Amino acid sequence: MRHLAFAATCASCLFLASQPASAQLAGEPYIHDPSTVTLSDGKYYTFGTGRGGLVSEDGWTWHAGGERPGGGVAPDVIKIGDRYYVAYAVGGGGMNGGHASQVKVMWTRSLNPKSPEFGYHDVGVVASSDGVEDCDAIDPAFLLADGHLWLSYGTYFGYIRMVELDPKTGERLPGNKPVDVAIDMEATALLYRDGYYYLLGTHGTCCDGPNSSYNIRVGRSRNATGPYVDNMGIPLLKGGGKLVVAARDRGIGPGHFGLIDLGDGMQKFSMHYEADLDRSARSVLAIQPLLWKDGWPIAGDNIKPGTYEIQSERSGGALELAVDFVRMDVDRRGGFFGPPTGPVAPVAMQSLDKDSAVWPKDRIDVDLADYMIRPHQQWTVTSVPDAGGYFGSPYFKILIAGTERALAATADGRVVTVPAFNGADDQLWRIDQLIDGTYRITPKPSPKQAEPLALVAIGASTPALVKFDPASDAGRWTFRALNSER
Amino acid sequence: MIDVRRAASMFSIAISASCLAVPAFAADVPGSNALGPLFEPVTSPTKAPDADGFLQRWLLLEPIVKPNRSNAGFTPSYVRQALTTQYFPGQLTIVPRDGKTVAAAQPLRWHALDSSLFDVKLFNFAQALQKPTYGVIFWAVTVVNSPREMNGVRLAVGSNSASMWWVNGKEAAGLFGDRRMVMDDVVSQPLTLHKGKNIIRGAVINGPGLSDFCVRFVGPDGQPVRDLSIDLR
Repeated sequence: MRHLAFAATCASCLFLASQPASAQLAGEPYIHDPSTVTLSDGKYYTFGTGRGGLVSEDGWTWHAGGERPGGGVAPDVIKIGDRYYVAYAVGGGGMNGGHASQVKVMWTRSLNPKSPEFGYHDVGVVASSDGVEDCDAIDPAFLLADGHLWLSYGTYFGYIRMVELDPKTGERLPGNKPVDVAIDMEATALLYRDGYYYLLGTHGTCCDGPNSSYNIRVGRSRNATGPYVDNMGIPLLKGGGKLVVAARDRGIGPGHFGLIDLGDGMQKFSMHYEADLDRSARSVLAIQPLLWKDGWPIAGDNIKPGTYEIQSERSGGALELAVDFVRMDVDRRGGFFGPPTGPVAPVAMQSLDKDSAVWPKDRIDVDLADYMIRPHQQWTVTSVPDAGGYFGSPYFKILIAGTERALAATADGRVVTVPAFNGADDQLWRIDQLIDGTYRITPKPSPKQAEPLALVAIGASTPALVKFDPASDAGRWTFRALNSER
Repeated sequence: MIDVRRAASMFSIAISASCLAVPAFAADVPGSNALGPLFEPVTSPTKAPDADGFLQRWLLLEPIVKPNRSNAGFTPSYVRQALTTQYFPGQLTIVPRDGKTVAAAQPLRWHALDSSLFDVKLFNFAQALQKPTYGVIFWAVTVVNSPREMNGVRLAVGSNSASMWWVNGKEAAGLFGDRRMVMDDVVSQPLTLHKGKNIIRGAVINGPGLSDFCVRFVGPDGQPVRDLSIDLR
């Protein structure tokens, strides 16, 4: 597994340009076949087909940058020790009707072209195809697991193959023979988790904009060299593959998976969409949460703007304003348990005016309580333009629905609400989906903080900002959409 | 992966089309097998399905040229029109013989072959014969002998790209759109295999990219039907 430090702060995020409303990445994230996102010198890099790449300081805003010599197609990057190994392919891909290709490896000690450690050293060819055999040696992908360095490669033209490299040098191990592991895939990627090797790859057709049928699939095996099967037991050598992600929202044709392991039970993945309908249907970088369900990876969801109950996984209590409870008055003639004495009629939800009549005007604490669909328990989550972001999402403001009252962090680790949102960092929130589908809520990091804090139910009814413990439910939250209930 | 594939594929069509003037191919040379190792000439009277029930013995017709820039255009209506157009006499009725030539736009030859894999790699078949590999239609026929009448079985097909399939002259399955091959992709409604001879016929259309198919019968329990024998008569 490749862990990225949950570190990149965003002191420089305020310059951001406005982004499309789809909450896809900001900046100019135009790329095809992005390599695994890799942290180097405090910045995140990904490289695509061709020479260029993208660079980001926070995982949210991406600009053209990075240098990768060698050209060719669909590189991958892995850091081992103090080296960043880069694999890329030259030739193949049907170019000029041919499928003769070479996968080459090189390394550098920094991906930052301005670093004195920057400078690529050629390792050489680690895999190839002769143009006739049932394989096209392009689209390489690394996996370092259990001390072994694996490389998958191949495309729709014949087999996906696996070879083993020397993690000390990046060279092919002497005598190692390629093993066929899948058909009808391309842009593969590899994961290792709980004793399983996972082979992810893209099915469908690329490079046709919004008409591309690309989607990402997966099979797994106890051995790196297979056999890989999907959730139905269908071998990937017979076309199997469980869906990880298909088109969604305004993005069509997801392909070229890359793991972003942030630790603390949080994984995300990079990919490209063949067409972002908010960006002239161009191919763009995208980042989604990665969930694990019954031992299989599946795409999660970056939180979407909307109105929610925010429910604690610890107690089931709803995050709410700590205010006096206001009863709902209903016609009780005849009691609660029998049929109504008159015509059956709907009862209006408690109004915001009724509920808020008893709220203090200034700062109000929050607590956790039984959810009763009351206005003081309903939160509207809205992205904040030009406030920066993190992997997959911009920062959000969290307001009591229908009001300007904003959730805010305090310097002493409390979480409260203030009468109005003012855009300050202590009112900006990062909401990350965890691998089990729940969410972690953290305030935008402050330079004064020694370590990141998260919203945690430190008691059944008491939330506070403390260090997140991935082994506990206390810091996990479920967002239950309420739009239909209001 | 890269956007040159479309152009490359179309380039290959042009290249392949230029190969039509090649008068003979290695498969005609006694003792040679240009189609190996993916295919072997039929030498035994019958062949059983493989362990998973896949039918590996087929008569394959050299590809009919049908240019398509993209497989995304393989809508049901287009595929149905393209694959029910008559390209040669007896297209939906004959059980051809190995080596027989049909009068399509140009003469095309039937090849009786055993696939060494579970699937039938049409791209490699065409490539080995120096025939067009992209923008083509392949026809395939086999004869399945059943030891008894089998009711409620289903034809299970995967194909790259779109295809249509007939069992005993009746349409059984259609695979439309930009298909990639996965076993059991489309499964027919329940049908009956007669005791004795049953004729399975299919047509696969492909634009750019590889082309292959896999076919088997599955029983009412979803398990492969294996007690069949396949010949080509």
